Amino acid sequence: MTRESKSVTLSGKSITRFRELGLLVFIVILSVSVQLRNPEFLTFENINDMLTNTAILSILAVGMMMIIITRGIDLSIGSSLALAGMVSALTVSKYQNLSPFAAILIGIIVGLGCGVINGLLISKGGVFPIITTLGMMNAYRGLTYIISGGRWVSAHQMPAAFKAIATGKILGINNLVFISIVIYIIFYYFLNYTRTGRKIYAVGSNPESAKVSGINNERILFMVYAVMGALAGLAGVLWVSKYASAQGDTASGYEMNVIAACVLGGVSIDGGSGKVPGVLLGALLFGMLENALPMINVSPFWQKALQGVIILIAVIVNVLVKRSVDRKNLMGRKL
Amino acid sequence: MKRAGAVAEKELSFKKFFFQWEWMLVLIFIVINVVNSLISPYYLNLDNLLSATMTFMDKALIVLPMTFVIILGAIDISVGSTVALSAVIMAVLYNSGVPMTLAMVICIAVGTLCGFINGILIVKFKELSAIIVTLSTMIIYRGTAYIILEDQASGKFPSWFTYLGWGYIGRIPFSLIVFTILAVIFGLILHKTTFGRRVYAIGNNAVASKFSGIEVDKIRLIIFTITGTMSSVAALFLASRMGSVRPNIATGYEMEVIAAVVLGGVSSQGGKGRMIGAVLALLVIGFLRYGLGLINIPSQVLLIIIGLLLVFAVLIPNVRSRLSLKAR
Repeated sequence: MTRESKSVTLSGKSITRFRELGLLVFIVILSVSVQLRNPEFLTFENINDMLTNTAILSILAVGMMMIIITRGIDLSIGSSLALAGMVSALTVSKYQNLSPFAAILIGIIVGLGCGVINGLLISKGGVFPIITTLGMMNAYRGLTYIISGGRWVSAHQMPAAFKAIATGKILGINNLVFISIVIYIIFYYFLNYTRTGRKIYAVGSNPESAKVSGINNERILFMVYAVMGALAGLAGVLWVSKYASAQGDTASGYEMNVIAACVLGGVSIDGGSGKVPGVLLGALLFGMLENALPMINVSPFWQKALQGVIILIAVIVNVLVKRSVDRKNLMGRKL
Repeated sequence: MKRAGAVAEKELSFKKFFFQWEWMLVLIFIVINVVNSLISPYYLNLDNLLSATMTFMDKALIVLPMTFVIILGAIDISVGSTVALSAVIMAVLYNSGVPMTLAMVICIAVGTLCGFINGILIVKFKELSAIIVTLSTMIIYRGTAYIILEDQASGKFPSWFTYLGWGYIGRIPFSLIVFTILAVIFGLILHKTTFGRRVYAIGNNAVASKFSGIEVDKIRLIIFTITGTMSSVAALFLASRMGSVRPNIATGYEMEVIAAVVLGGVSSQGGKGRMIGAVLALLVIGFLRYGLGLINIPSQVLLIIIGLLLVFAVLIPNVRSRLSLKAR
C-alpha cells in the first residue's frame, strides 16, 4: 500500500521534473545546433543581448503564472504596460530632472492601479477574468491614447538618465536582467516558502476546499491581479526606456506572448500547477527563438509560424508524456 | 393558493421577459441613435445608416459561429489569423493566374481547413483547453500568412469582386443582406434544432451530455470547422472592401468578435445566451462607432466605452444577485 502510493507520488514528481528537464534539454539542443551554424551565437555579447530582450517578457510571465494558477487569465497587461509606460514617459519629458527611480515608481503605481481595478472586479464583482480583462484591455488602451493625445513620446524628449535605466549596469549585469533576476528570486521564495504563496496554489487547484479550509479566496484573487498590474507597470517603464519611445500601441498583443511563455513553461491553464523555474525556462526559450532564428538566416517572416509550431509541439508532447505516465501508474496498480 | 402562485409565476415570467439583457441592448441601441441624431443632423439618414453597416459586416459574419463556440464553453482566438491567411492565399493565387472564382473557393477551403485543424486538436487533446490550442494556431496561421506574403500587399482584384464589399441591392448593402440571411439561419439552427439544443447541453455539462448519448466530439469539431469557414467568408468581404490584402489584416478581430458575443449576454462559462443578443450587441458597437465618428470623437474614447460596457454588462447582474442573496 505504502509502496504503491510512493510510486505514484514519485512519478507525479517526475512529470514536473520532466517538464523542466525537457525544456532545458530542448534549450541546450537548440543552442548547440544554432551554435554549429553560427559561432556568434554563444558569445558573451549575444547572450547578454538575448537576456536583455527576454527580461521584460520574463517579468510579466511570472505575474501571469500566478494568475493562471488561480484559474484566471489577464488579457489587459499589454494595455496596462502601455498606460504605465506612457504616464512615466510623459512625466519625465515634462520634469527632466526627475530621478529614474521616481519614474519607475510612477509606472509601478499606475500599473498597480490597473491591477487593483481588475482585481476588485474579479474578486468582489464576480466578473469572469477573461471578460474583465478583455474589457479593461480596451479601456486602458483607450486611456493611453487619450492622455498622450495620440502623440508619441520619442527619444529626444526623454532625459538621458531615464534612457539609461535600460542600458545601465549593476555588478556588470544589465539593469533589466538584474531586475528580472531579483524578481525571480523574490517570487521563487514567495510562491514556495510563504503561506500566502502556497495559498495561491490551493485556491487554484480546488477553490471550494480552499475556502472550506479557511482561505480567503477573494483576497488571494485580488492580490494576484494587483501584483500582476504592478509588474506590468514596472515592465512598462522598462519597455519605454529600452525602446526610447512611448506610443499608443506599445505592446499591443503582447499578452499573448506572455501567455505562450507560461504555457511553454508548463503552467496548466486549468489552474493549480506551474512553477517559477519552469516559467523562467519558458520565457528564455521564447526569447531564444526570437534571437536564434535570425542568426541562422531564417527569414524573419518565418519566425512567428515557427514559434507557434514549437508552442503547439511543446504542449502536445506534454500531454502525451502525461498520458503515458498515467497509463503506467494504472498498470503498476494492477500488478 | 395555487392560483396566486400561478399569477406570481406569470408576473415573474413577464418581469423576466422585460428584464432580459436583450431588451437592455435594444434600449441602449435606441439611446445611441437618439443621442447621435440630436448631436449630428447628418446622422438620421436611412441611406447613411445602411451604408454604415458595411464597415463592420465582415466581423459580423464571425460573430455568428463565435456565439456557438462560446455557448459550447470554448473560445476561438484564431479567427483573425484565419481571415488573414485565407485572404492572403486567395490574393496570391489570383495574382499568379488562378481564376478569381477558383481562388475564392480555395480561400473558403483554407479557412475551413484552419477551423478543422483547431477542432481536431481540441477533440484529440482534451487536456488542452481551447484557448491554448487556438492561441498557438493563431500564431501559426498569422505566421504562415507572413511567410507567403512577407511585408508585401497583394490585390488588383477584378472589378466585379468589389461588389461583395461595396455593392447594393436596391438601397441595401449586399453584405448586410448576406449577413441577415446567415444570421437567421444560424439563429434557427441554434434555437430551433436538436443540434442547437445539444450545443447548449454540452455548454452546461459536457460529461453529462456525453453520457446521455450526445456526440460531443463531433459537435465540437463541426462548430470549430464552421467557425473557420465563416472566417474565410469574412475574408472575402474584407478583401473586397479593402481592395488589397496584407498579412496583418484583421489583427485583433478575435477580441472585437468575442467582445460583441459576450456583450450580447452569452456567458463565457458556456451554456447560456442567445443569437439575437450577440447580433444586437454587434449593432450597438457598430452604430456607436459610426455616430462617434460623425461628431469627431476619437475612436479611443469608443474603446473605453466598449470596454466598460462589457464589464458592467456582467457586473451589474452579479452585484444585484449578490445583494438579493444577502437580503435573504
